[in-house]
Amino acid sequence: MSRTVRLTMVGVSLAGFAALLAWGVADLPSFGHYPGPYGDLIVKLVQPQRHMANAVTAVVFDYRGFDTMGEELLLFAAASALALLLRETREDEVEDIREPVLSDAIRGGGLLASIVTLVVGLYVVAHAFITPGGGFQGGVVLAASLAFLFLAIEYQRWGKVAHSSIMEPVEAFGAGAYVALGLIALASGLAFLENFMELGVFGRLSSGGSAILLNLASALAVAGGFLVIFGECLQENVGARHGSRTNR
Amino acid sequence: MSILPYLLAVWLVAIGLYGIVSSRNLIHLAVCVSVCQSGTYVLLLAIGYKDRGTAPIFSDVPASRRAVDPVVQALTLTDIVVAVAISALLLSLALKAFDHHGSLDPAEMADLKG
Repeated sequence: MSRTVRLTMVGVSLAGFAALLAWGVADLPSFGHYPGPYGDLIVKLVQPQRHMANAVTAVVFDYRGFDTMGEELLLFAAASALALLLRETREDEVEDIREPVLSDAIRGGGLLASIVTLVVGLYVVAHAFITPGGGFQGGVVLAASLAFLFLAIEYQRWGKVAHSSIMEPVEAFGAGAYVALGLIALASGLAFLENFMELGVFGRLSSGGSAILLNLASALAVAGGFLVIFGECLQENVGARHGSRTNR
Repeated sequence: MSILPYLLAVWLVAIGLYGIVSSRNLIHLAVCVSVCQSGTYVLLLAIGYKDRGTAPIFSDVPASRRAVDPVVQALTLTDIVVAVAISALLLSLALKAFDHHGSLDPAEMADLKG
């Protein structure tokens, strides 16, 4: 296909897209006056009904927990697909490679950053229903903590802690536990993913009922998924820098 | 009333699309896709905003306070996770394309038809 034909096709489809966009934007509620009843209802009901302070996390893990399951499986699929695509660099190609960290400043700084982000990550996960945060955000921070640890120790030793052969089961366990919690609710005569535990006291770490477990499961799945992505890219990079890709 | 937040969302999508269409580098293209997606975050958050509304988190404000819509915020959270997954996949595909063609420019991938 020639460049002119391609540009004409892009022009036509962009014109159609622009028309749709203008039509859609014209009918939006004016800024600051959102009329949706659903959000208002949740804001009113979240405290008496669910004993949760954070309405956003309540939507994510309770009212719309089913959607979150789809999102989690999507992340799982993306991490698996990435691992599949990058698996050309085999384990045995990188197992002899040693990359000692030469700078004490990087070692110290990496360790410090790793510990701080670990604590912050656990805090963000645990306070999901009280302050801004939750399993998704906290899971990413936890993954960052192990990524910082890579700065502090040698590649092979880092692999013993956070290799994708360790992180893949963690991710799979998180995603599986989320589905299993839904099935437990189903088996005890409730709707799929419905709360089946005591709701706890508003404003305490224990508030939220079985959504706490869903929150923990998704933290594991997200942290595992991000570390699979990070670990696979890192292995590819280490292999490439030491020439294992040149003779392919 | 102001339409500025909506214009910002449209602008982000438009500039992202322009980047995708005109891109000569697959990594640049992956970044343009995420610029496009950030337009959707702005749109979602702008729709859910209420004048003088507080964050929908009631640990230290009374539940009677007017709050912005929590549903679109949860949607934005989903959106960000999806965007990260897409970026990771696109970048790994760019890596594979470089392995096969020795170039990141889509125009130089001679055996790529269409």
